[in-house]
Amino acid sequence: MRAILYILTSLAVIGLAFWAYRENYATQQALGEADKLHQNIRAAHSRLAVLKAEWAYQNRPERLRDLAEINFERLGLLPLHPDQFGMVDQVAYPPAPLLPITDPIDVSSAAAKEDPL
Amino acid sequence: MIRTPLRPLARILEARQKGENPDAIERENKRIRHEQMRDSARLRAEGRLFVLGAFFFCAFAVVGARMGLLATTEPVEPRAHAPGAVISASRADIVDRNGNILATNFDTHALYAQPKHMVDPVAAAEGLVKVFPDLDEERLIKDFTGTRKFLWIKKKISPEQKQAVHDIGDPGLLFAPRDMRLYPNGSLAAHVLGGASYGKEGVHAAEVIGVAGVEKYFDDYLRDPANGNTPLQLSLDLTVQAAAERVLWGGMKLMNAKGATSVLMDVKTGEVVSVVSLPTFDPNNRPRPATEGDASDSPLFNRSVQGVYELGSVFKIFAAAQAIELGLVNADTMIDTKGPMKVGGFKIGEFRGKNYGTLSVADIIVKSSNRGTGRMALQIGIKRQQEFLKSLGFFEATPFEIVEAAGGKPLLPKRWTDLSSVTISYGHGLSTSPMHLAAGYAAIANGGYRVSPTLLKQEGPKLGPRVMSERAARDARTMLRKVVSKGTASFGEVPGYHVGGKTGTADKPKPRGGYYKDKTLATFASIFPAHDPKYVLIVTLDEPVETSGDKPRRTAGWTAVPVAAEMIRRIAPLLGVRPTVEPVKEPVITLTSSN
Repeated sequence: MRAILYILTSLAVIGLAFWAYRENYATQQALGEADKLHQNIRAAHSRLAVLKAEWAYQNRPERLRDLAEINFERLGLLPLHPDQFGMVDQVAYPPAPLLPITDPIDVSSAAAKEDPL
Repeated sequence: MIRTPLRPLARILEARQKGENPDAIERENKRIRHEQMRDSARLRAEGRLFVLGAFFFCAFAVVGARMGLLATTEPVEPRAHAPGAVISASRADIVDRNGNILATNFDTHALYAQPKHMVDPVAAAEGLVKVFPDLDEERLIKDFTGTRKFLWIKKKISPEQKQAVHDIGDPGLLFAPRDMRLYPNGSLAAHVLGGASYGKEGVHAAEVIGVAGVEKYFDDYLRDPANGNTPLQLSLDLTVQAAAERVLWGGMKLMNAKGATSVLMDVKTGEVVSVVSLPTFDPNNRPRPATEGDASDSPLFNRSVQGVYELGSVFKIFAAAQAIELGLVNADTMIDTKGPMKVGGFKIGEFRGKNYGTLSVADIIVKSSNRGTGRMALQIGIKRQQEFLKSLGFFEATPFEIVEAAGGKPLLPKRWTDLSSVTISYGHGLSTSPMHLAAGYAAIANGGYRVSPTLLKQEGPKLGPRVMSERAARDARTMLRKVVSKGTASFGEVPGYHVGGKTGTADKPKPRGGYYKDKTLATFASIFPAHDPKYVLIVTLDEPVETSGDKPRRTAGWTAVPVAAEMIRRIAPLLGVRPTVEPVKEPVITLTSSN
């Protein structure tokens, strides 16, 4: 009875050792993958930061003003002016949709030539 | 174990036969047994001590070995991150109230050299000079062939320059990654943003530290890695700021001024939507502080908070508002403004020696009578005047969140006499910054509550304690409106926006006492729309001259007011303020008759 207990215990120890060994390597691999992902995220972040900076730089007010001046003939952009504020009353309602045609009349010109006139 | 009996029968019998004492045998056996027990116990104890000693030795050896290992290896970040850990460790961005970027980071490289790894130092130096013409070739050759092991060559290089240096192909030329602070809008809001530079520098990274403005004020916040993804949101509006800078720059040039500043502030929250100080600079390439000449002429000087000036007649409205608040006068009370008026042996005169006769309080403001406000100030008294101005924040530096603001401490008279009281009532003898003035006017505009100017976006109104009654504030606003509709600021009329305001023209003080005759500081402090004010705008021009007439004109009405009006015309629509028709006061009807 005691011998069986010893054998079972040592088997359990071997099993647990094997499990711990595998878990260790699985963890190492997961950490490696996470590292790689973090690196990718970091790279993506820095790319995004560059793009944002570029966007802000391209949209700086000075450049937009110059562009508006260069393209004035095509776009005709002017600074916002107080008299450009409109009233809601000035906006027309959209035209009412046409009523549905409920009794269509068939019109044909097939017999036009036979008309005596 | 087989125990030997203490009294073995055989030996007892034998002893009895010999007539010996059998107890001696028992004692002898007991002694032997005790010795055996002692030996075994000792052995066990020794064994235990040995095991314990071995265990402790191993444990301490492990700890020691680990410590040695940690001490000798390069530090590494823990590999397992907690979820949600910040990935970017760069300085936080600064954005405007709508999220437009004002300051961000950019990856760049620094160039350094390790001469002992160089293959051909002379060729490397020649190549470097071709890429960077500002480098000194002889100096480089001397450095590369000398005893130096390490030297920085350039702090920031562009990708093209990096490629060109790469093409030189010398293994002794190396690149260090750098975070660079970038202000994509160039000189826009330069005085607010300040600038950044490098602190401690290493081969792998360098600290970016703020050197001025909001970058320095919030340096700890911006550098905290926990805030890497939460930008600092300012109350500035990029579009409004750009328009204000352009209008003010144009106005400064038209009026031949050497400097100008403007402050646009929300009257209920204290948010500064735009603050301009001209001349300006590019924070990407911050100039060095001037070592000679007047510091206030340097582009780095922030006139809006550091420029502490006697702002002149713009202060008159505070005397009038306080007199109404205290019940000494109302808007229609007649006050004699005839001269001569002497206070403390000093003659109080009017602009160009005019004499307005007897005026109502409203007309004193409209015509800007020094003697009129002086008489009100004498009625108010020194103590009450001091308390009122203190409650409006004119006694200490503004809490505006840039480092320079703390330097803008108002200059108060050393002894506050009756004369000081009179001169301060029309804006002389008390020097404040335009930011102080904006906060003071905001209190009138928002119905009598103190507000603190702030640079951070606020949620909802941030009204402080009440400093004057609703009625005093309303009467003061009506007077300010009259100044524009029929007084000294008639150029300030902007159709639809009902500007109210007060002009102030102060002669500039000479450094050695006295005042210049031909150098003025023209200020227009305005609120709009006057019947329901939303914003305060202060425009100050430094030494303006308007030369369209026969004689050069230097008063604020001819210089600062038209600039402010143009600014309101440009920025009010951008702020979403609708032009409206001023509401007519409802007629007071006490009795109606019906036929």
